[in-house]
Amino acid sequence: MFRRIPETRGTLTFTFDGQPVQAAPGDSVAAALLQAGIRTFRTSVASGAPRGPHCLMGACFDCLLTIDGVANRQSCLVEVAEGMDVRSQHGARPVTEGVLP
Amino acid sequence: MTVHTIDRADALAPNHELVIIGSGPAGLAAAVEAAAGGLAPLVLDEQAHPGGQMYHGITHCGPERLRILGPDYRRGLDLVRAFQASGAIHAPRALVWGLGPASQDGSGLQLGVSLGGRSRLLKANRVILATGAQERPMPVPGWTLPGVLTAGAGQIALKTSGLVPSGEVVLAGTGPLLYLLAHQLLLAGARVAAVLDTCDPARIPRALPHLPGFLGSPYLFRGLRLMARLRGSVRFHGHVTALEILGEDRVQGVRFRLGSRWREQPADVVLLHQGVVPNLNLAGSAGCALCWNESQRCFQPRLAATGESSLAGLAVAGDGAAVAGAAAAEVSGRMAALEALAALGRLPAAAVAGRRRTLARDLARLHRGRRFLDTLYLPPAAFRAPADDRTLVCRCEEITAGQVRAAIALGVPGPNQLKAFLRPGMGPCQGRLCALTLTEMIAAQTGASPAEIGLCRFRAPVKPLALGELAGLPATPEALLAVTGSTLPID
Repeated sequence: MFRRIPETRGTLTFTFDGQPVQAAPGDSVAAALLQAGIRTFRTSVASGAPRGPHCLMGACFDCLLTIDGVANRQSCLVEVAEGMDVRSQHGARPVTEGVLP
Repeated sequence: MTVHTIDRADALAPNHELVIIGSGPAGLAAAVEAAAGGLAPLVLDEQAHPGGQMYHGITHCGPERLRILGPDYRRGLDLVRAFQASGAIHAPRALVWGLGPASQDGSGLQLGVSLGGRSRLLKANRVILATGAQERPMPVPGWTLPGVLTAGAGQIALKTSGLVPSGEVVLAGTGPLLYLLAHQLLLAGARVAAVLDTCDPARIPRALPHLPGFLGSPYLFRGLRLMARLRGSVRFHGHVTALEILGEDRVQGVRFRLGSRWREQPADVVLLHQGVVPNLNLAGSAGCALCWNESQRCFQPRLAATGESSLAGLAVAGDGAAVAGAAAAEVSGRMAALEALAALGRLPAAAVAGRRRTLARDLARLHRGRRFLDTLYLPPAAFRAPADDRTLVCRCEEITAGQVRAAIALGVPGPNQLKAFLRPGMGPCQGRLCALTLTEMIAAQTGASPAEIGLCRFRAPVKPLALGELAGLPATPEALLAVTGSTLPID
């Protein structure tokens, strides 16, 4: 879906839903995933429809992901880092999530 | 001098003479001008690096990208270098989620800032809001499918990461950025399968009276050359009157109308664009008066010639004040900084007056020809108020044009009342991708002007904020009194 021009190169690795993904320093998480061929980042809260990045500038909130355990991060505004744990999101978050037993 | 960088909320000083929000062309120029005048402005920006959307990625951009992106991008290097050599304080990755008067008597401003997972409230004598523009939403059926991005997004991916869309790439919409991006993608070796131009040829006679102004614009020659090259190298469909994006779980194609006939085109990536409009969430939530700009069909802050807003101490500069492009944004940033220096008593009146005249002249020159472009590339009504009932207008709450029209037919007078019926604009994007469409739809259906209808109300926090961050704000005596009835600290 997106390829890199030869000037930039994936030299660091993070995981998306447990699978390794290569990224270049300076990539946003969203850009790195688009380059890896991942276009669906989450399913929508209201209808469960697939969604991926739309604006890449922090306006649309369609690229929301769970990054290093923090949910609903705008992945177009987060710079990727070595070893980052990135996870897709599915529908609305259940109210019990994160509540202590 | 070098810029001083801050990466923790608790490293932010509580009081500032001047705070600049945004580090695009306007914010950087304002910071350089203010620092040259002896201030140490605090520059807050959401991005990790200075440059804004215009110069996104410029701090780590190689020669190949500089070639593809051209001279308008390259000029950002000088500006970023000047900023880095200034005495400004830079807080990147900082979200300003709230802005307003610091006290009842209207002196000074207060900002809510989130940085590194913690929030702080800061006070400033003056604030320059330089939060730029965003793309005007282009709601068409299927625009929420993965693989449908904005042209601005396509350009940001190229700027920051050297990404080029692959497979069948379709660009659709209207406006200079759409054509520029098509040209840049070709230079980068992408295969652009088609450009679907929604520009209405009926706009040409309306734009012509403004042509003399455009003749003096540096964009005229470059624009003509670019359009000629584009028409020679990609399939260019002019006067597309309807568009639909096809696909189940991702974009697979587009369907578009030319005259009375529909055509189809396979697509793996679709890039939409129909101009840019000021980003108003922060200005609106601060309580700045807004006004309707009929020639650009958008709202913008109501400003004095100096850039001063209706809120004391708050100036707005750059495309967030009025869309005029990066070069004009730089000059308006300098103007706002000059006014701040004058207000803070850092410059003698005589020096201010001379500099003000020079900057005003520069700004007038850069505005030349804007009216021609605005008139020619005004998006057609059917793309501002989506004609197809199936179109999702509010992407967050997933509300269709059909639902919105039915609610308007019940007599809903404005976007704030629409919220009570359907919740449009109440999802995480807080109206960024639907507010203007809602106003356009009410205007189209009721015949009232957008100026009368207004925009849905923006409120702080302008982006979602974890409750823990708000709860973790240092407790002021006023807050303690409000919650506990006493100003004594809680054990």
